[in-house]
Amino acid sequence: MSDKKNNPNNTEIYEEEIGREEKIYYASQWQLIWWKFRRHKLAIIGGIVLFLLYLSAIFCEFLSPYSPTTRFEGYQNASPTKIHIFEDGRLQRPFIYGFKKELNMKTFQWEFKEDKTKKFYVRFFGKGEPYKLWGIFKTDRHLFVVDEHPIFLFGADNMGRCLFSRSLYGARISLSIGLVGVFLSFSLGTIIGGISGYFGGTVDIIIQRIIEFLSSIPTIPLWMALSAALPKDWPVIRLYFAITVILSIIGWTGLARVVRGKLLALREEDFTMAARLAGASEWRIITKHLLPSFTSHLIVSITLSIPSMILGETALSFLGLGMQPPAVSWGVLLQDAQNIAAVALYPWKLLPSVFVILTVLAFNFLGDGLRDAADPYAR
Amino acid sequence: MLGYIIYRIAIAIPLLLVLSVVSFIIIQLPPGDYLTVYLNNLRLSGIQLNEDEVIRLKELYGLDKPLYMQYFIWITNFIKGNLGRSFQWNRPVNELLAERVPMTVVISVLTTIFVWIVAIPIGIYSALRQYSVFDYTFTFIGYIGLSMPGFLLALILMWFLFTRFGFSMPGLFSPEYATAPWSFAKLLDMFKHIWFPIVIIGMSGTAGLIRTMRGNLLDELRKQYVITARAKGLPERKLVFKYPVRIAINPMISTIGWMFPGIISGETLVSIVLNIQTVGPIFLRAVMSQDMYLAGSITLILSILTVIGMLVSDILLAWADPRIRYGGIEE
Repeated sequence: MSDKKNNPNNTEIYEEEIGREEKIYYASQWQLIWWKFRRHKLAIIGGIVLFLLYLSAIFCEFLSPYSPTTRFEGYQNASPTKIHIFEDGRLQRPFIYGFKKELNMKTFQWEFKEDKTKKFYVRFFGKGEPYKLWGIFKTDRHLFVVDEHPIFLFGADNMGRCLFSRSLYGARISLSIGLVGVFLSFSLGTIIGGISGYFGGTVDIIIQRIIEFLSSIPTIPLWMALSAALPKDWPVIRLYFAITVILSIIGWTGLARVVRGKLLALREEDFTMAARLAGASEWRIITKHLLPSFTSHLIVSITLSIPSMILGETALSFLGLGMQPPAVSWGVLLQDAQNIAAVALYPWKLLPSVFVILTVLAFNFLGDGLRDAADPYAR
Repeated sequence: MLGYIIYRIAIAIPLLLVLSVVSFIIIQLPPGDYLTVYLNNLRLSGIQLNEDEVIRLKELYGLDKPLYMQYFIWITNFIKGNLGRSFQWNRPVNELLAERVPMTVVISVLTTIFVWIVAIPIGIYSALRQYSVFDYTFTFIGYIGLSMPGFLLALILMWFLFTRFGFSMPGLFSPEYATAPWSFAKLLDMFKHIWFPIVIIGMSGTAGLIRTMRGNLLDELRKQYVITARAKGLPERKLVFKYPVRIAINPMISTIGWMFPGIISGETLVSIVLNIQTVGPIFLRAVMSQDMYLAGSITLILSILTVIGMLVSDILLAWADPRIRYGGIEE
């Protein structure tokens, strides 16, 4: 703080503000939010990372070289393929070397070594396995393919399936479960929190007790017990929604708390009083005056509660209680990394966790930036 | 003070009652009841039961009565200390839990202490040296800590330790002590291993607490009394520690309350990954094999632990900050 005063940059910002001052008077709330958000570099990066992740989940059929169920016989637990662009010091188009299996005489494990005599070029936008994009468009183009030899960017699992393709496909379930779950808890949270904050009194006390109660239950054990009760033979879609519901049972409380807190504060604001005196109906006050004032805060809480949903699904599936193996999610993929022996021998099986951490980190950065920007009139 | 403690305990009782209902619902959730599962298991192992025997068992477990009576029987037995029988282990649930609940408590309490001891000084230092390299480093570590779930951290750290130093962390004890009876040497051995799960479970809590502590202290440092004190020439160290730090720590005590469910949750998961002898791993096995007496009892016990943790933090808070106490009683 004291060093802030002699910071030369401060005067610059000040001048910039003056230049902008006129614009600020006319700017809408959302414009102000955007201006403030733009300054938060980490949040911008987080937003871009998330955009790319969701994009790759949407186009995972095209981006991944194989389907998540394609098995390559003889390539069980193959290590990640290195893509080369240099051969003998000369730049070339990207290529990979063939694999040869060697028995490590110390550990008695099969190891995959590069066979420098065999060379395969990586072809971009080449023809590979046929697939239907989103189950509609029939095509066989992939972002990259290698003819006559499998390519495993992230290595292969114990059934010889491409972990890179599986991670991309897994993103569909893992990333969307956060959105669907948040949508559910958002609906519950706004309705219940809204009722609690707007009407107050006994209703408020009862709802607050329920929220307190729910947040005093340790979440993971509760989720485990509930999802264990789901029949294991349910189809993927039904299981998916059941797990989303389970994750939302706790998730809505946080949102409800935010909505209530904001409503309580806004109810006392002068403009609410003014609207009421002017004879506006309750419905009009809620939709025209109160809702716009806290939409930005809602967006923040939503952004910050998505990661806990994603982590919840990952943890449950990792334990074998969530999504079940024919379905692919990051948690399901991490089941293979459950014991230290597997991880020590095949460390690339931990790679799906990088996606999880990246996603959660990006959501946290984005949420933090949004939180700072959500109230553009502060300070 | 005594009045407040009694008031808080009185509030906790209905909470515990609702928790017990939820745990009972969890027992009831899987299709069929536990007796059907049990009888099926008996049949599978070739033991034939006649109808009289089935009816006798039904009466023994109170399954011929309506649901609310069943709940009543279960909860009175629970209070009496009879938690039913685990079908999977074929042992009383009490025995199983007596072996493991103490370890859960030890790890959870030690984690809470660890989080506090680490987070508060770092939070204070970060606030005093805002925007320094130290501050940025810990902000970054804090983000990682918040984003990385305990079980992933456990996996990655295990892999790292294994490949770098060639040792694995199999549970809490060295092999020679694993089955040995408790002794001073075993206790020492446990403390050699226990830091690992504690650091992992405490990671996200620490990250959160550093941020809260830093924010609280920064708010406090901006206040006018600090400027006044500085203007009067109070030495900086004395100035900071005499008032702002003490005020900033106060709301932190209530964080034990909301941290505790998280620690219990994290402890369950991390114990499963690291295979520590707490309730975590048996809870997973219990819910997997629908050993519902065991699963329900563990849910209830973990919830009770959480409620006790929150109770203690509320009482601590009232002890540290008298303003809260009066507010509570007037309500």
